[in-house]
Amino acid sequence: MAAGAVASCRPVNPELAVEATELRKSYGDVVALAGVDLAVPAGSVLGLLGPNGAGKTTAVRILTTLLPPDGGRATVAGLDVVADAVALRSRIGLAGQYAAVDENLTGFENLEMVGRLYRLGRGAARGRADELLERFELTSAAKRLVRTYSGGMRRRLDLAAALVADPPVLFLDEPTTGLDPRSRRGLWETIEARVAEGTTVLLTTQYLEEADRLADEIAVIDRGRVIARGSADELKDRVGGERLEVELDDGLAVERAVAALSPMADEAPVAQDRTVRLPVRRRGGAIAEAVRRLGEVHVGIEDITLRRPTLDDVFLSLTGRVAEEEASTEEEASAEEARRPQEVAAP
Amino acid sequence: MSELAATVGDTMVLAKRSLLRIPRAPDLVLAFTVQPIMFVLLFVYVFGGAIQTPGYDYVDFLMPGIIVQTVGFGGFVTAMGLAEDLKRGLIDRFRSLPMSRSALLTGRTLADVATNVFSVAVMVAVGLLVGFRFTTGVVEVLAGFGVILAFGYAFSWVFAFVGLTASSPESAQSLGFIAIFPLTFVSSAFVPIESMPSWLQGIAEVNPITITVDAVRGLFIGTPYGNDAVISLLWSLGLTLVFAWLSVTRYRRAVTR
Repeated sequence: MAAGAVASCRPVNPELAVEATELRKSYGDVVALAGVDLAVPAGSVLGLLGPNGAGKTTAVRILTTLLPPDGGRATVAGLDVVADAVALRSRIGLAGQYAAVDENLTGFENLEMVGRLYRLGRGAARGRADELLERFELTSAAKRLVRTYSGGMRRRLDLAAALVADPPVLFLDEPTTGLDPRSRRGLWETIEARVAEGTTVLLTTQYLEEADRLADEIAVIDRGRVIARGSADELKDRVGGERLEVELDDGLAVERAVAALSPMADEAPVAQDRTVRLPVRRRGGAIAEAVRRLGEVHVGIEDITLRRPTLDDVFLSLTGRVAEEEASTEEEASAEEARRPQEVAAP
Repeated sequence: MSELAATVGDTMVLAKRSLLRIPRAPDLVLAFTVQPIMFVLLFVYVFGGAIQTPGYDYVDFLMPGIIVQTVGFGGFVTAMGLAEDLKRGLIDRFRSLPMSRSALLTGRTLADVATNVFSVAVMVAVGLLVGFRFTTGVVEVLAGFGVILAFGYAFSWVFAFVGLTASSPESAQSLGFIAIFPLTFVSSAFVPIESMPSWLQGIAEVNPITITVDAVRGLFIGTPYGNDAVISLLWSLGLTLVFAWLSVTRYRRAVTR
């Protein structure tokens, strides 16, 4: 498999749509990327997963030629992000976390403009705009100004703009951040359809569910480093086996339940309110055994489930922190930092 | 397609984008029509009686000055627009496209030329209604408009730099105002320089706005203007070159905040 290729310098592995070696980037004292290696085989989806401030957006900006790296090298579609930046730009599409569409243009005008800037020519740009509006179910809103669009419609238009030139490699930087669940699912389906047609996708997300659903391979990134990589299943296997969750009918029985279940657990069971959670070694017979053990000590059961670990569990076990909680405070801090003290009162 | 033709094409696409925006934003329409009209009427009827301009009616003295002031501010749309593009992530999109690196900026400043032409036409029409008259020949008048539009174009580039540097669209607008507002008043735009205290006269005399206004006044109503038209055009050229370079350099490194 291409992903197993040694990350030597030249020649570039043609099977890899995106390849990055030892990418480094700092903003002053703040290290955004501390040596990141990435390899995305053509036609696959890599999910870059991590909290805000982990370095995901910086990686995307380097790979889309918006930022020069301080160190290391990267190629996209076989082209170097620094030396071949100009040629590279016609082979990629970028949909950022901002829904970068012009509010004061209509949906059609936005796509036509992007098509012209990809230098498709007037007729081709218009034809492509109509086609994409149709595909993204925006035809009825094509002549409306984007400022009247909902958040979900803007994201669809933004994604459509990224697809105008039919690029072989697509970068999606937190494509569903801030969307309601229904719009999010819609966007996922669109991305999946695109991947089915052979497009390579590099996707950043802080939603574990999103990486789980879309990505063939996941790279967990934290503080500028890739701390784990593999398929969603491989990452989950790393965290260990199944999770047994037992909800008791009486909160006072928790200690007795923990004591009774301990012999069948991989690690010490964790109790929270009336719920006891424990990783179990074997899936088969686990529920029956738990029911029997609790019955012996006369603890009543309200609910009992066996589930595979989620990526939340993965992130927690890799970093010792919960992924999403930390994100908001870090984001605010970095946004605050980025704002320059230049406010001037109007005359 | 040659690279130059492609760059021109990109510029036209983005100029069109900037112009499409204007009729869709009522506040901008007001800025280009009502505001210049208001300025003409206020100055002619409110200050006109109090300001002495020996040998000339105040309305004749005023019109060149107020037109130059208006085109000097015309570029604020560019400053605001670029600051908005930065805020909304559009600059990231444009920079990821295989388009020319300068097209977003040349497109916007070119759109400013179009809106400046429109504002100037509105003001001349209102000026003629309240008594302004050209007293020179067609060639001089056309040359005067050339000087005005070149000056407006140069200031659009100053505003482009402000827009890419400011922290928000709002601060872009007020920064631009703070930079240009005093310049327009410490000049010969609204009052004869001789009426100012002598230390201020020194500043006003070297102010490019004074030079431009004096040139336009000479070309429109026949006041003596020496080499002012040439010096004004050199100022416009110099400002354009310096700020175009600064702005494009800034744009290449601009990243959404």
